[in-house]
Amino acid sequence: MNDRPTLAELIEIQPSSAPTAPTVEVIRPSGSSATVTTIAPPAQRPVPSQGIRGAHLDAVDVSAWFGPKKVLERVSLSMEPGVVTALIGPSGCGKSTFLRILNRMHESVPGAQLAGEVRLDGVDIYGPGQRLTDTRKQVGMVFQKPNPFPTMSIVDNVAAGLRLTGTKIDRHARAELIERCLTRAGLWTEVRDRLGDAGGALSGGQQQRLCIARALAVEPSVLLMDEPCSALDPSSTRRIEETIAELRYDVTIIIVTHNMQQAARVSQQSAFFLAEQGQPGGVVEAGETERIFGDPHDRRTADYVHGRFG
Amino acid sequence: MTVSLHTADLPRSLRPARSRGDRVFRFGVTGVGVFVLVIVGAIGLFLGAQLVPTLRRYGLHFFTQNQWVPNRNIIGVSAAVLGTVEVALIALLIAFPLALATALYISEYAPVRLRSLLTSLVDLMAAVPSIVYGVWGVFVLEPHAKFIARWLAEYAGWFPLFHVAGGDPHSASWPQSRYVASAFIASLAVSMMVIPLACAVMRNVFSQAPLHEREAALALGATRWGVVRSVVLPFGRAGIVGGTMLGLGRALGETVAVLLIISPAFDLSLHPLQTGGITISSLIANGFNEATSVQLSALLAAGFVLFCMTLAVNTLAAMIVNRSRSGAATEI
Repeated sequence: MNDRPTLAELIEIQPSSAPTAPTVEVIRPSGSSATVTTIAPPAQRPVPSQGIRGAHLDAVDVSAWFGPKKVLERVSLSMEPGVVTALIGPSGCGKSTFLRILNRMHESVPGAQLAGEVRLDGVDIYGPGQRLTDTRKQVGMVFQKPNPFPTMSIVDNVAAGLRLTGTKIDRHARAELIERCLTRAGLWTEVRDRLGDAGGALSGGQQQRLCIARALAVEPSVLLMDEPCSALDPSSTRRIEETIAELRYDVTIIIVTHNMQQAARVSQQSAFFLAEQGQPGGVVEAGETERIFGDPHDRRTADYVHGRFG
Repeated sequence: MTVSLHTADLPRSLRPARSRGDRVFRFGVTGVGVFVLVIVGAIGLFLGAQLVPTLRRYGLHFFTQNQWVPNRNIIGVSAAVLGTVEVALIALLIAFPLALATALYISEYAPVRLRSLLTSLVDLMAAVPSIVYGVWGVFVLEPHAKFIARWLAEYAGWFPLFHVAGGDPHSASWPQSRYVASAFIASLAVSMMVIPLACAVMRNVFSQAPLHEREAALALGATRWGVVRSVVLPFGRAGIVGGTMLGLGRALGETVAVLLIISPAFDLSLHPLQTGGITISSLIANGFNEATSVQLSALLAAGFVLFCMTLAVNTLAAMIVNRSRSGAATEI
């Protein structure tokens, strides 16, 4: 196949973004008339010489309720540093709830309850004496909808976490940290000349990368991503996926995604969540991404990853 | 090339067809809106018209003269205007932090099940008739507030605003009568009426702070105060200013409570702790019983001054509240 899409294909997708993104190509799967946009998997970088950073995260028998309704049943999942974990499954299967349990955002919803343990490097984050703010500082989160503080400048957005957690840092170190985080989030070159602009003035994809930079600035050991690309166009999606590949060995990443291809591209471990009609959700199958997609043991997983889900 | 169907390349009329019910409803709603404007305008015109005989009789001294002695034909509103602003600003100074803290507590800190109860309690403050606040001010508040006034005069009396003439706080039996019936005590009562109004506006705006921004702050490890500082207050700035100014409009017009508490005095001096003072509305309430027709015109002309002040403050407040955080900076 040619590197560049043909003119006819360019017309199918947005003509404004396509010529600048040669890796975006359009394929038509046989038997389907839908146009599917695929994105090349991001290049994986080698394990850095200073070793793998990030924390072990262990969910043990996690159940969750919203009021009387049980939405998650006995989910156990081990998430290792250096491994990107993808949580996949249809809407309403509890994967976002599970993600929000990992940094104690779940309990901010009125009526939300949970059972089980979440161990961060062996310590239960719900244990007595554990501070909510400390947990959230260590376990960062990127949301589905880009949510920078719209009136704050780009710089202030990145530094917001430091200010909010009362972390004192001198001007030089602060400037260095801001540049480092924006670089790691793949945004530095685009915003270096307008760091004083409002965070809300960026495009959607840039806003999401700003949110990643903001999450990285408090130096978390785990980064949770809740469908970070679902509101973004293909080229922004690709930038975020590159960022995930970049960060893989620095911070343990757990990503919720509806997009099978994305899960296959960015993750090394996958967990398939499913909620039967009227039942709480749970993990059907978890394991290496290659195996989950190539040789799933459970028929339901096979149906889902092959798009035969009714 | 396509053949042009229209000869002129001009904007077309974009008026859509409206159903009969739609037309009737529009007409009715427009009529009600216009009616309200007409009433307010008529009140303004009526009050403004009183300026004519007043100015003819008393000249421009009406605006500069501070005394109001109808028997000696001396009539002027400057002391009343000054007193009105004085009472309103002090009331605002007291009400603002209380209203802000209350609104923040209700929207951010209070347990969810307590919120509606607290909200209706604060709203209930607005339902208490102002004469009750006046009586409360005279019989409950004043006996205690005079000690606060003396304390302020004792320790901050060097500052002109806190000076009390003839009220030596160090004398063996301090002259209590110099500290009662003052603008300060009237302001305390008025502030109780400002709080529910300002608090309701602020609370409303705070509770609209977007959830996804709150979550952004929380996920970074922010405390509740961090969320307030980084999300709620920046988002609610317009509501804080607007609610405060609506409260100011309320305070400018308060009559009965001030009338009951304050003892009329027409000095052009800003000594709120000292006994005596006057506001436009209490001046009118005081005077209109025994006024001749020209004097009545003068009272209503004073009312016109108040009308203009309140209108200006309320319009400004409405503009600020409506200027929500939209446009370039929010969502693109």
